Amino acid sequence: MRPRFRGLRATGIRETADSRLAHDNRGARAGAGGPRYPGWLVLPAVAWHVLFFLVPLGFIVATSFGTVVGFSDIAYTWSLDNYRYLWDDVVGELHIYRDIFFATFKLSIIGTLSTLVIGFPLAYYIARYAKHKTLLLLLVIVPFWTSFLIRAYAWLIVLDPEFPLFRALGLSDFVERQGILFSEKAIYIGVAYNYLPLMVLPLYAALERMDWSLVDAAQDLGDSPLRAFRRVTLPLALPGILAGSLLVFIPLTGEYIIPVILGGNKTFYAGSLIAQQFLESGDWPLGSAIAMVVIGALTIVLLVYARALGKQEQFG
Amino acid sequence: MTGRRILGGYAVLAYVFLYAPILVVVAFAFNGGRDVLFWEGFSTKWFEVALSTPEITQALRRSVLIALGNAVVACILGTMLALALPRMRPWVRTPIDALAYMTLVTPEIVFAIAALVFFVQAGDRLGLDNPLGWQTILIAHVVFNASVVALVVRARFVSMGQSLEEASFDLGAGPLATFRQVTLPRLAPAILAGGLLAFTFSFDDFITSFFVTGPTSETLPIYIWGQLRFGVTPAINATAAMMLAFTLVGVVVAYLVLRRSEQGRERGGLPGV
Repeated sequence: MRPRFRGLRATGIRETADSRLAHDNRGARAGAGGPRYPGWLVLPAVAWHVLFFLVPLGFIVATSFGTVVGFSDIAYTWSLDNYRYLWDDVVGELHIYRDIFFATFKLSIIGTLSTLVIGFPLAYYIARYAKHKTLLLLLVIVPFWTSFLIRAYAWLIVLDPEFPLFRALGLSDFVERQGILFSEKAIYIGVAYNYLPLMVLPLYAALERMDWSLVDAAQDLGDSPLRAFRRVTLPLALPGILAGSLLVFIPLTGEYIIPVILGGNKTFYAGSLIAQQFLESGDWPLGSAIAMVVIGALTIVLLVYARALGKQEQFG
Repeated sequence: MTGRRILGGYAVLAYVFLYAPILVVVAFAFNGGRDVLFWEGFSTKWFEVALSTPEITQALRRSVLIALGNAVVACILGTMLALALPRMRPWVRTPIDALAYMTLVTPEIVFAIAALVFFVQAGDRLGLDNPLGWQTILIAHVVFNASVVALVVRARFVSMGQSLEEASFDLGAGPLATFRQVTLPRLAPAILAGGLLAFTFSFDDFITSFFVTGPTSETLPIYIWGQLRFGVTPAINATAAMMLAFTLVGVVVAYLVLRRSEQGRERGGLPGV
């Protein structure tokens, strides 16, 4: 009995120490587990995020309801004029701003789909067949860490009709006639290229967890490879497809660098439109309103996404 | 098996697609000629030209300093966040988490103009003549990168289990002593990796820097952007090649550090102790 008694006593002391700590850190304690780092440690980061992220976003909200007075001063007039203007403005037969939002949506969708189509077979190969998975995956990630700007402008050289490879193959005239550079085609190529790693990563993560014997089983039981792919692989890869699509779609809604560099700043999207208001026109309220429209549309997309996914944790 | 071979061939093509444009930029940085698209023999002269152009060297120096400062601040803020967050009550944790994720998913241009409006308005109120400069770039970069570091560090902190921290607290050590003696040795690789990623993101960043920069605080990507208006030149390629080298070193070191700590963990040892 004696050791046991001592054990109990020891436990008792422990609990006392514990509850003392509990008292000290009362504000920071959660329901589960023992002592922990105090909750106030989050304060510097939270303060930084509130002051330099949330408050600035609040400024944008307020500015989007404002008007320009004089040369470039902003009056916070709380009017819907900017939004009305974005919806109604007509030049000739065209609703320019509506069309630009539509073009942005199209760019985001096509960009997402093309990275998916290009990236899926690659992720599939690495996850299922490759010997040096980590190395191959690293090779996909490395371009992502290098400068977005440089990766975009690299295509200025590669798509030039005078690119040495085209000259060597006698294709310069042909490429010239296609007029790829500074067109929408160049923008789409640049988008597919720059965003590919963002798609491949989550696809790989989903496919890597897959039990490939399920595919074999489906085929043994009479499914054609295509049918097995559709009925087994695709549903299991779906979380990766959704995560990758989100990672590509979101930044594409505000894409600015690629249309300017590869599209010659001729085709306008929401991102370049915002930049134009801030850098050239000096109409910050209108630029803010455009940004709010982007954020609003994104929020809707994210809500639909969250709903489709249930409460599954995505970014953990 | 043919499916496997076809996919293998496809993968080779995909890697060519991923690397060819980058390699073209690097290759043409070594072109001896003046014209970008006509190869006139190997030469390093454009690197010499780039390194003797004051705008480029000053921009490079500024970029490195901002990236370093950003990495240090982001590491401190992100690590503190990662340590305290995992075991807070959900109703406290969720909004803080949501805010951090928001900084990661907001389209960069939206944040960039928000920061611009904020800094200009705040500068007005504080009576500053020119509120924009390297300081505002640094502040804006930390917003995003503190979240990045928190993400990396927290993943490691949660996965390594906290029984040692609990024991340390139980034995009466305070947060600072526990951090120095128990947590830091095990978490150092993750913090370092997070810091290197933060450095890379800041060093490569264009959009945010472009909007919140002042007239006298051009970073390297801003300089490149400005020059691209006049077309690609060999000197720009050389500058870009140097930028790529800088980032690649950071990324490869981050990867090696993380991988070594991973292996240390698998062996059951405490890396760095």
